[in-house]
Amino acid sequence: MTAKPEMTAAEIASAVAACKMSALDATDAALARIAQHDGILNSFTDVTADRARAKARAIDADMAAGRTVGPLAGVPFAVKNLFDVAGLPTRAGSKINRDLAPARRDATLIERMEAAGAVLVGALNMGEYAYDFTGENIHDGPSRNPHDTTRMSGGSSGGSGSAVGGALVPIALGSDTNGSIRVPSSFCGVFGLKPTYGRLSRARSFPFVASLDHLGPLARSVTDLALAYDAMQGPDADDGACSTRAVEPVTPLLDESISGLRVAIAGGHFQKNVFPEAVEAVSRIAKALGATQVVDVPEASRARAAAYVITTTEGASLHLDRLRKRPGDFDPAVRDRLIAGAMVPAALVDRAQKFRRWYRAQLTEVFKSVDVLLAPATPCTAPKLGQVNFNLDGVELPVRANIGIHTQPISFIGLPVVAVPVPLEPLPIGVQIICAPWREDIALRVAHALEKMGVVAAPAPRGF
Amino acid sequence: MAEPLDDYIDALSKALALPIEEAWRPAVRANLEVSLRLGRLVDEFALPDETEPAPIFTA
Repeated sequence: MTAKPEMTAAEIASAVAACKMSALDATDAALARIAQHDGILNSFTDVTADRARAKARAIDADMAAGRTVGPLAGVPFAVKNLFDVAGLPTRAGSKINRDLAPARRDATLIERMEAAGAVLVGALNMGEYAYDFTGENIHDGPSRNPHDTTRMSGGSSGGSGSAVGGALVPIALGSDTNGSIRVPSSFCGVFGLKPTYGRLSRARSFPFVASLDHLGPLARSVTDLALAYDAMQGPDADDGACSTRAVEPVTPLLDESISGLRVAIAGGHFQKNVFPEAVEAVSRIAKALGATQVVDVPEASRARAAAYVITTTEGASLHLDRLRKRPGDFDPAVRDRLIAGAMVPAALVDRAQKFRRWYRAQLTEVFKSVDVLLAPATPCTAPKLGQVNFNLDGVELPVRANIGIHTQPISFIGLPVVAVPVPLEPLPIGVQIICAPWREDIALRVAHALEKMGVVAAPAPRGF
Repeated sequence: MAEPLDDYIDALSKALALPIEEAWRPAVRANLEVSLRLGRLVDEFALPDETEPAPIFTA
């Protein structure tokens, strides 16, 4: 069997396990696609070809010796370049971090993916220090949208969205502080999982906002998302915020019925500042799920404001010394935001963290009467690269500040979300399937049901 | 003409030993205005005195 770009991770792993394809063939095919197309997409900053081939050969040797291989055997994957990759400096989208010593050990999530048989093929472009919703990078150039290369991939995990949406790899890992998995998933037309805060270990990844940072997978099918998620779950003493919950596998549950689940549409804030395509996408999902109830999420706009305040101040704290010593080496837009963040009065930050507790209690109440909330992942489809403003209902609004308005109030309290791609023309757009804490299983089951109905799908790339 | 936040930015720049070049000042000021505007949204929301901040660290 020849590896084809449209093959899912599950199909590759199945073919490898059945000796119909070698892990080396699957890996070489991914490396060839990267070589052929990444000059346009610019999604990779590092290609770890030697390491990947060595890992693939080891899997093939295990197969030849009759040893058991993992559920992701031979599946190529890549990671946002804020994950530690042994032998590479963890640049986190920056110029400054390139001076760091090479990482000595892989991030926990890479170790777990490889323990399941996956093969790391490289590190991916991202917005500087993850303070970004566009996927543009002043040092490495923008990662490009696989459906229209003149458009944004979305940030900050832009390379992750671009590489998966462009079918260079079936799975990529990203990070999400305020929407950085869900936004590129929406713009690039792929599935993305932002798990519950604390579910997946962040050990040996470069942080941004400790109290908001999440890591998670992007893929072109829900099964692939679940396979990666299951492989990466579990406690990790190396991440102080990582839950001690045992692994709760979701892959075996994907086909369970979703009838009986109470699905509602998030109202208020989530129905404002949206383009018609976002309204259409939510409407299609709601119709498919038979959801008509609109539930108000109290004070979601204020939650977004509080998330902004916490982000800018914790981010400023993280980078304070670099701002003093190497301000000229930052992307000026990131630097000026961080400097301003250092000047926000501490009392406002404390109030934002207290508001967070209050808001979490409100959402806990909401999830007593519903199991799933639906909301747009982005207010629009992918804007043009470099686009500064968009016009909504006759009002000019800044693009960068508004891309994440519907994701921020959700990650603010760490709720699990699957972003599902609705294949509208000419560009896809994502919808958030939002659940109560620790109920990734429900979000993934609903996403899988929608996928089987044909309502959501990752469109084939056609921008290059 | 000096902008209302300029004195505050100068004072914080000194207090934090965080140098700001003149060319960056308008962007820093604009960003700070956004942060403070959003901070006011949080500030004006009344909460009980006993409200705990959101939990982060558990030992």
